[in-house]
Amino acid sequence: MLTLSTQLNTYLFIGAMLFGFGIFGLVRRPSLIGMLIAAELVLCGASVNFMAFNRFLAPDPTVGQIITLFIMAIAAAEAAIVMSIIIAVYRNYKSIETEDLADLQG
Amino acid sequence: MNLSISPDIVPIFREGIFFGLLIVTVLGALISTLAKRMTRAILGLVVCFIGIAGIYFFLNSHFVALMQLLIYVGAVAITICFAIMLAQPDEVKMAAKTPALAGPFAILLGGAVTWVLASTAMKATWMVPALKENEGTVKQVGESLLTTYSMVFELVSIVLLLAILGALVIARCGRDKIEC
Repeated sequence: MLTLSTQLNTYLFIGAMLFGFGIFGLVRRPSLIGMLIAAELVLCGASVNFMAFNRFLAPDPTVGQIITLFIMAIAAAEAAIVMSIIIAVYRNYKSIETEDLADLQG
Repeated sequence: MNLSISPDIVPIFREGIFFGLLIVTVLGALISTLAKRMTRAILGLVVCFIGIAGIYFFLNSHFVALMQLLIYVGAVAITICFAIMLAQPDEVKMAAKTPALAGPFAILLGGAVTWVLASTAMKATWMVPALKENEGTVKQVGESLLTTYSMVFELVSIVLLLAILGALVIARCGRDKIEC
């Protein structure tokens, strides 16, 4: 129990758990903003995995940190674009629920 | 007076803090996926990000932990807050309209993904490297960011610029009655 923070498996498990929470939220949420929040969780799970492998298994421990920084940059760009899409959708449909965003019947 | 801490206590403190961080992370993820109100979901996301920053501290990279706080808590969460304020999601109506099967299906899918990923990671045998090239300090991260990965670094800045411009272009449609 006292070696929990020095084991690779702990970090891999928390990364897998964050990824699973993200998938759970993506399926469950009925609105675009909730899905955006869940997508951020998925990206965080991937980052935790990279950092864990970087700490325990990489011969060069700068690589994982740099990849995590790039994931953060991509996440920031993604959040900005999704926010503008949400605003554009809200202007056209007056709603951000995924159920309402349909032009065709069915 | 002897103020030195006995060495037996230190690992207990360390593991206690680490366990607390794990609980904070999982609680934050739970709140952000289960909360009915979007404002509470985004606060849960912030709590989860802070827990992950603490986990990065335990993984020997203080720089990435600070960047996690700066970029995720400081920028991404605030951006989502603005999206909530500008789009006014009607949470009560939304919760009533959710399909009945969405909850169980989501639990099944999320659980299956977690189980497969975690069990694969536990079963695998990982090769520990014979020697480490460096310690992964902030100085070394900065050096390889500007030498080995300088091309990717520049490309990321172009991606961010294009994201800002694209966000402006998309969000402008419908304003001032312009056609797009």
